[in-house]
Amino acid sequence: MADITISHLVKTYPGGTERATDDVSLDIKDGDFTVLLGPSGCGKTTLLRMLAGLELPDGGSVAVGGRDVTYLPPNKRNMSMVFQSYAVFPHRKVRYNIGFGLAMAKKPKEEIDRKVEWAADLLQLGPYLDRLPAQLSGGQRQRVAVARAIVMDADVLLMDEPLSNLDALLRLNFRSELKKIVKDLGTTTVYVTHDQSEALSLGDRVAVMRKGRIAQLGDPLDVYDAPADRFVGGFIGSPPMNFINAAVSGDGDVLLVGDQRLRAPSLLRSFSSADVVLGVRAENVAVDTQRSSGDVPGTVLVVEPMGSSILLTVEVEGQTIKVQAPPTFRTTPDSRIWLTFSPNSMRFYDSETAMALVAR
Amino acid sequence: MTVDLPPAPAQLDTPARPRRIPPAVLLIAPSIVFMALLLGWPVIQGVLQAFRSDDGFTLEFVTRMVQDPYFWPAVRNTLLLIAVMIPLQFAFAITMALLLRSNPRLDKVHFFVWAIPLALSDLAAGLVWLSIFNDRGYLNSVLASLGIDTIPWLAYDNPTTLFLCVLVAEVWRSTSLVLVIVVSGLQGIPKDYDEAAQVFGAGFWQRLRHVTLPLLKPSLQVALILRTILAFQTFAVAQALTGQNFPLVVGETYRWYTGLQNPNVAAALALVILVASMLISIFYLRALRDKGQEGTR
Repeated sequence: MADITISHLVKTYPGGTERATDDVSLDIKDGDFTVLLGPSGCGKTTLLRMLAGLELPDGGSVAVGGRDVTYLPPNKRNMSMVFQSYAVFPHRKVRYNIGFGLAMAKKPKEEIDRKVEWAADLLQLGPYLDRLPAQLSGGQRQRVAVARAIVMDADVLLMDEPLSNLDALLRLNFRSELKKIVKDLGTTTVYVTHDQSEALSLGDRVAVMRKGRIAQLGDPLDVYDAPADRFVGGFIGSPPMNFINAAVSGDGDVLLVGDQRLRAPSLLRSFSSADVVLGVRAENVAVDTQRSSGDVPGTVLVVEPMGSSILLTVEVEGQTIKVQAPPTFRTTPDSRIWLTFSPNSMRFYDSETAMALVAR
Repeated sequence: MTVDLPPAPAQLDTPARPRRIPPAVLLIAPSIVFMALLLGWPVIQGVLQAFRSDDGFTLEFVTRMVQDPYFWPAVRNTLLLIAVMIPLQFAFAITMALLLRSNPRLDKVHFFVWAIPLALSDLAAGLVWLSIFNDRGYLNSVLASLGIDTIPWLAYDNPTTLFLCVLVAEVWRSTSLVLVIVVSGLQGIPKDYDEAAQVFGAGFWQRLRHVTLPLLKPSLQVALILRTILAFQTFAVAQALTGQNFPLVVGETYRWYTGLQNPNVAAALALVILVASMLISIFYLRALRDKGQEGTR
């Protein structure tokens, strides 16, 4: 177990012009579960591979537990990893696969056997120890890959989209199982995913990446509630955050959305007469068929029942937003409804830089 | 009995279909005819030729083949060449393939250069090496210019250098075949396995032994079978370099057929090669069979 200090990592792939990771710095505390989240091509896997030593950076450094490992070969870093493709050796039985790292370290046979049994028990692989990977299902192979990683007593556990090849139900089940296993182990973990629900559910901290940079780093709920910029808000959440073009009145008291006037939060005092973007999550918009004060009228475009809620696509002042209504709410396309934005859940972004506005 | 069985509806509704040749047979028929005419028939003819004289079945040709003073040296030389050459070639080919895999600069050029011998006819290769190992060849010229005594590499009374010359020329000529097969095999192995082994602490030799070579086994098996069968047929290079001073089985076949004008003994010799090739293939297939993966395919 160890903490990780990543400072100013720069990597450009040969033949590429854009930086895969652009001066990334990140501190990870000992025992933390950190998720690197981002769309494909954002550099999250590159960052993980540089941690593992499978890629070498052009600049910057990586230290694990105070030891500089930037240019150390992978086999000298005492890390373990779960690969997206599992990379379970097809020519050897499950038992050998799980014990591979220990065997390479020339651990005594009893210790290997004991740890393999322990891991197999933990991941319910006991009956499959003497099978070949080809005789296992995808989910079981995934378990073998995880078992192989956790028997290692590694300083750092790296996971590269380990759940992305599982079907939806299996993914959901294994996700919580994985969270418990890693928590019990207490190993510092770095987990790469493009699935925002995975990131929110697993991570102690989430680093949202975009174009080789960390766009936001924080507690999962903070990242969800208060996205640092429009990209993060649009990437996290299903449906993504709504963004509505608005303007602040001259005195800073009123937020103008088209012809509608909303009471502006005190934050906007210092942005009087500015164009801003209002960001609000679908579940933070209340809907009603009756008008009450402070409401904004909208026209329903699409009604999508989701079971636990109803997802409405609503046109407000010429802008389309998604609204999550309770499952009991009844409406039809083209009908008029009234929306209430709860003041505490409104976020504001600069209309040009797309960065979150902070009081100044 | 028939009363109990429910009638098959298909037979009631449709008239009995005329018996037809299945399309699969029709599709493979051209190649079967082709193979039968160009391979099967000559093989049968060859085998018959080795055992048939005007009076019917005879072992006369086989006896003559075995009693020929060149026969056993030829067999010995062929086996010796195979035993030394095949391991050397595989060591070279695997090393070169691993070097190529590490993506050196100009790796395509390296691969291309290393594969050139593949495109060369074996007689041409033999002549090239003859110009090197010749008494007044390039090698001896270099030695002489360095002030070292020249060596009659290809002298008939120097069997060691004869063998070495044939070995070097053959290794140079035919390693590229193994290389091409091993490279394509390596390309078929996902990089993840090697990377996983690295992360889990395996060093280079551990990875080679526990991951790369086992995963490469199917390609190695193909290359081994091909190379060994082809090594039994080594001929032109040795012929160009040594004439009859370093007899090989195929060289003997050639000598009996053209020089001694005795196709029957030549057929008997060819039969020896055929049987040896078949036996070695069966041996490889059995020895390299992956016991673990049986039943999963």
